[in-house]
Amino acid sequence: MLAYLIRRIFYAVPILIGVNLLTFALFFVVNTPDDMARMQLGIKRVTPEAIEKWKQQRGYDKPLLLNSTAGGAGKITDTIFWQKSASMFVLDFGYSDDGRSISREIQTRMMPSLAIALPTFMIGLVVYVSFALLMTLFRTTALDMAGVALCVLLMSVSGLFYIIGGQFVVSKLWHLAPISGYAGGADSFKFVALPIVIGVAGGIGSSSRWYRTIFLEEIGKDYVRTARAKGLSELAVLFRHVLKNAMIPILTGVVVVIPLLFMGSLLTESFFGIPGLGSYTIDAINAQDFSVVRAMVFLGSLLYIAGLILTDISYTVVDPRVRLS
Amino acid sequence: MPVILWSDALVFLLLAAGGIGAWYVRRHEHLLLPWRRVARSATALVSLLVLSLFLAVGLLDTLHYRAALPGQQSGEAVYSPEVLSVFDKLIEPLRTHTEKTYSAPLAVALYAKESVADTRGNVLREYPRLRYGGAHLADVSQRDGDVAKRALFGALAGLMAGLLIALASVWRLLPSPASGRGAGGEGSQSKYLSPESSLRSTSLSPTLSRLRERGLPLFSMLVATLVIAALIGAVANLATVYHVLGTDKVGQDVLYLSLKSIRTGLIIGTVTTLVTLPLALLLGIAAGYFRGWIDDVIQYIYTVLSSIPSVLLIAAAVLMMQVAIETHPHWFDTAASRADLRLVFLCLVLGMTSWTGLCRLLRGETLKLREMEYIQAAQSFGVSSLRILVRHIVPNVMHIILIALVMDFSALVLAEAVLSYVGVGVDPSMISFGTMINAARLEMGREPMVWWALAAAFGFMLVLVLAANLFADAVRDAFDPRLNRTEGAA
Repeated sequence: MLAYLIRRIFYAVPILIGVNLLTFALFFVVNTPDDMARMQLGIKRVTPEAIEKWKQQRGYDKPLLLNSTAGGAGKITDTIFWQKSASMFVLDFGYSDDGRSISREIQTRMMPSLAIALPTFMIGLVVYVSFALLMTLFRTTALDMAGVALCVLLMSVSGLFYIIGGQFVVSKLWHLAPISGYAGGADSFKFVALPIVIGVAGGIGSSSRWYRTIFLEEIGKDYVRTARAKGLSELAVLFRHVLKNAMIPILTGVVVVIPLLFMGSLLTESFFGIPGLGSYTIDAINAQDFSVVRAMVFLGSLLYIAGLILTDISYTVVDPRVRLS
Repeated sequence: MPVILWSDALVFLLLAAGGIGAWYVRRHEHLLLPWRRVARSATALVSLLVLSLFLAVGLLDTLHYRAALPGQQSGEAVYSPEVLSVFDKLIEPLRTHTEKTYSAPLAVALYAKESVADTRGNVLREYPRLRYGGAHLADVSQRDGDVAKRALFGALAGLMAGLLIALASVWRLLPSPASGRGAGGEGSQSKYLSPESSLRSTSLSPTLSRLRERGLPLFSMLVATLVIAALIGAVANLATVYHVLGTDKVGQDVLYLSLKSIRTGLIIGTVTTLVTLPLALLLGIAAGYFRGWIDDVIQYIYTVLSSIPSVLLIAAAVLMMQVAIETHPHWFDTAASRADLRLVFLCLVLGMTSWTGLCRLLRGETLKLREMEYIQAAQSFGVSSLRILVRHIVPNVMHIILIALVMDFSALVLAEAVLSYVGVGVDPSMISFGTMINAARLEMGREPMVWWALAAAFGFMLVLVLAANLFADAVRDAFDPRLNRTEGAA
């Protein structure tokens, strides 16, 4: 198990190098730092001096890959690639355009993101699985049909609609929750409640339908018939046998997103004014702060790969037949 | 002067490919079989009808031209810098009837009070009448009656047209009742028409009963056609003198904006998959068939791409594209071509993130297929790898591609709105559901609320995506070999 884990982490390195090279190519080769400077300073009437100054402030005034003027190790280290891209491997993300340390921002903004994303994820999972189990229980009846129809309808509605509609009804008409904002500590509940409810509601359609398909696939198998033949009630069959055996496909889709919960949700956080990583990213996109976007891309893939490894581990927990070696 | 934008060219390419595909499928009964299964589902056919209406609007909106400016004596014609489409011309009143600012659906007055000087010079605060909406009414109080009358007449006219269409499709079926050809989707809404067409009912009823035998949901199709036709008739009749869905901040008709958004949504939904399909197909089956280092390299590429959360990858790529567009203004001759190129780029970027899933599926399926006896037989006969791939592998993974294509469509339409909100979507000057929602969202705080632009964008999107989802489900059910239990015989 430990050997397997070490090997998996070892495998992740080339993928992270690939991500790093890709972002490097995207941000520094496709468009040179000169282009970015010109874009940020305004296209017209931009002087070469202003561009130089912009680049110098951000440390972009170095050669891309090889610094022939520097001596010794500086040939490699005193370059944009080394200082801006390779440094991300030790989680050194540098500074954003307003001069703040990105790593620090990530640390402080992780908690608000998590305060929304984690409850949404947990409550959502319970709600979706129960709804799917209910539909499975009433399969081939009109109730199941109605449930599926409802799911298709819900998943055809834009995610933006849930947020805008929810804000309008709950906050503006009923005055149950503040429209947006965030506070730490005990006050945070009234701010995070609405985003969580909306986040859960928005996923019902597609997720419940997906779980229903998984359960229906399981319910045709032999062990289910055996369980029924033993005289177990349908509920016991569903919860004790079908749910357990459906764990593997469920975990495949679920565990991988757990580390990504840190990143928060772009939409929810920006609509509700939550100072998390999602709104940080969206602000960076709107302000065209390239270094923040670059850091987020790298962090995102790092967490995704962590999620994949977690998924493998979770298999061994629910299915004793799975041995990692 | 006709203008072919990049996205137009891609749409025409897609149409040609679709046409060739349809022609090929029609000539091969075994390929036609799953489609017959699709045609038996009422929801699939009705949603196909809705989708083809959207498609018609989108296609008309794709035929672009630049109008010649009048008043040029010399031989050289001067063209307006504004790129219009045939659809713009068709619904010209909607495009040109712009008011000053917001007005509610079917309103005759603006939504905000303004200072108006009356004939004696007194300044009053009141809701000024609209320039176009209900301008033919002498008195505001006549509006309700007028709206009801126009809607009714329009609906009746639409109903008649719908009946005619249904009748015409029955007529088209009649000459060759035996062959059963030409009895596709739209040619089948005729079951309950027999009273109207009693003249030819003797020859009609055998056709109908044959259609019914094949399980075509004739009644649902008829009802759907009539309802849609009546709706279109009513809206069209109202739209000439009212703003059916109100106007937005700068006074543009919301119905016009919604209809124009359809093309953007369709292009995002279809072109995205089209541009990346060759890549996914090529790499997917190559990785699955050749295995070894080719497989390793291809797997590495798509693992790297798919390990980046898609929104972030899209954001990064679109940001870079913005830089490229901003710093090279000389690439574009009109604003439309600039917005259009950005749309095509967006499709490419979206495709870049979505091809990996399809590639993985194709690789897995090819891995399975290459162990089949017929592939091994071909190999032992010395058939070249390329030939095996083209003759044996590709036709057998086609159903995966088709299912992925229809399933991705609705997700992409929804993604466009979100991306435009995030700021990495289509060009702000391009009309799309995302830009509509984005603009209307800012009016949430107004008291009383301006709701119609949001409602229109969400409503149109819901209808489009719902139809696409229902159709996609039917296609998947018909093509998924795991679900095909009833008709293995043919």
